[in-house]
Amino acid sequence: MLVDQTAEFDVRDYLRKEMMPHFLCPGCGHGIALRALLWAIHDLGIDKDKLAVVSGIGCAGRLSAYIDANTFHVTHGRPLAFATGLALARPDLQVVVISGDGDCLAIGGNHLIHACRRNLNLTCLMLNNEVYGMTGGQVSPTTPETLLTTTTPRGNTEPHFDACALAAAAGAGFVGREVTRHVPKLKELIREGLSHPGFAFIEVLSDCTEILGRKNDLGSSPEMMLRQKSELRPTAYRDTVDMPFRPNHLPTGILARNDRPEYGTSYRRAAAAAREAKP
Amino acid sequence: MNAIDPALAGRPAATLMSGNQACALGAIAGGCRFFAGYPITPSSEIAERLARSLPEVGGVFVQMEDEIASMAAVIGASMGGVKSMTATSGPGFSLKQENLGYAAGAEIPCVIVNVMRGGPSTGMPTRPAQADIMQSRWGSHGDYPIIVLTPWSVREIFDETIRAFDLAERFRTPVVLLYDQVVAQLSETVVLDVVRDTALVERKWASGPPADYKPYAAGADGIPPMVRPGAGYRTHTTGLTHSENGFPTQNPEAVTRNLSRLFSKLDLNREAIDAWHTLGCDDAEVVIVAIGITARAASRAVELCRAQGVRAGLFRPKTLWPFPEDALRAATANARAVLVPELNAGQLSREVQRILGGAKVDGLFRFNGEPLLPSEIAARAAALVKGA
Repeated sequence: MLVDQTAEFDVRDYLRKEMMPHFLCPGCGHGIALRALLWAIHDLGIDKDKLAVVSGIGCAGRLSAYIDANTFHVTHGRPLAFATGLALARPDLQVVVISGDGDCLAIGGNHLIHACRRNLNLTCLMLNNEVYGMTGGQVSPTTPETLLTTTTPRGNTEPHFDACALAAAAGAGFVGREVTRHVPKLKELIREGLSHPGFAFIEVLSDCTEILGRKNDLGSSPEMMLRQKSELRPTAYRDTVDMPFRPNHLPTGILARNDRPEYGTSYRRAAAAAREAKP
Repeated sequence: MNAIDPALAGRPAATLMSGNQACALGAIAGGCRFFAGYPITPSSEIAERLARSLPEVGGVFVQMEDEIASMAAVIGASMGGVKSMTATSGPGFSLKQENLGYAAGAEIPCVIVNVMRGGPSTGMPTRPAQADIMQSRWGSHGDYPIIVLTPWSVREIFDETIRAFDLAERFRTPVVLLYDQVVAQLSETVVLDVVRDTALVERKWASGPPADYKPYAAGADGIPPMVRPGAGYRTHTTGLTHSENGFPTQNPEAVTRNLSRLFSKLDLNREAIDAWHTLGCDDAEVVIVAIGITARAASRAVELCRAQGVRAGLFRPKTLWPFPEDALRAATANARAVLVPELNAGQLSREVQRILGGAKVDGLFRFNGEPLLPSEIAARAAALVKGA
């Protein structure tokens, strides 16, 4: 709709200009993730009228308002549940969920595992900034051990989630992870996820420079992005030389993919059979 | 149609069914095409029936992972343009309040059935109560309007379920269908011949150029038209306070403007919302105010009172919220006493006292899982008249 999708990608074609300037902090990775998402949508030629973006609460939750589509900024932790209703009622829509680590893994954790299990055709972008940024920097389920937050004043002692391992174990049709440092790779991963017929879970490692970075003296935004490189391990190297040297580092890329039946298709097929069987 | 008895040929069939079954049938008749729920006694029969019948009419049933998710899925489906519903009981109703508040604030049509059982907390799952009267009005945080309907019979559950969808769609609001475990699970003979004499209400859809459309700009009736995703409008919906364009705002004037319209939108349409039932109120010296199974007992109590020379009457709100205040005042204008029997520790009576003043209003409360008996209500009503 309105966009020539054979033309080169221009992010402005997909943003609500009246909502600019955005309210993300300087150096925040969420804007990069948003751009990668919109780029993937452009690449796939998805009609903005048929695009529904559902987001929860927190920094990531605010992104839906910037997208020129059918957008829903819903309650904390519930975007996957809301999107489940929307996608079941309207299978003609491309439904994308934008959630944060707290939204998706803490208050919305139950909805995440069941969305993975159900395998409905949704794409969930979990922007992991490892902290509750919006509320001022409290510990989240993905805050690395030892880091300082306002609710771990002596350093985090809780173990953190590996969200992708969780999603894969719960049966998600597609699981991937990428960093904001590699925008074309992130775009390609999101594109793969959007194309997957089933539930696609994509974790985007996004730096919180102003809250978590400052609190822990992690350096400037570029320095934090450089750090992404040293802490991550592309899956291409998973079983090669890289593995023994960095055993604890997070893998990136496509981490799981299966061809389990898409829930909406299965449901509609069974419903059609029920209608035919009825006299 | 009756196929067995030739004498009944051509006459509509009478069917024995439960209140929850009537609710499921009413939902289909009312245009519901999406149900999301979570199992809970004593409402599960609604979900079970709709799991079977919704796919047969092109609808969708989904059992979600919890009560919160089912309410979220309902508002998601409704924003997709489909008439949507969930059903629960007290503990689940508590969990639904979060997204019910979202539906009220973002003005998303939906129907929530709450089959009341004993409380607090897990309470008495298989026993009746009427203790969610106030929760149904005030259960979610913040100020918001809501419509609550309280049927008292199997047939009325069918009719009121349809009306619930009509009201939800017409006024862009959540509508709660509130009835007790007895009415839900008793079986009565009903004849569903004349389902309704008017067409189902369809949502007011926006027309005109998308550039001019504002999701929360309303005309004189206070109800903004809605849009379907895919129709070219590409709007934003949020639980944050928003201005007419749907985007978040904390501008005091914009907040006041939108919330004032929200708070008044039902009051502007009370003629279409208010509904009540009276029995013998014209000459009543004592008026009994009750809902659900307690109103059933009270209607018998009216007969018992009159048989012993006490002129009793019954006032029964069918629309519980907003409470039909003017109708209550009219029905009790000449009464010396008002009795409010209810299956809780005093919720409806408090509202009746607020409207009529406390002097002539008395309550009869029970919260042990047993319904009030007609004889008990009659005895108290008679005593009030004699003592008044």
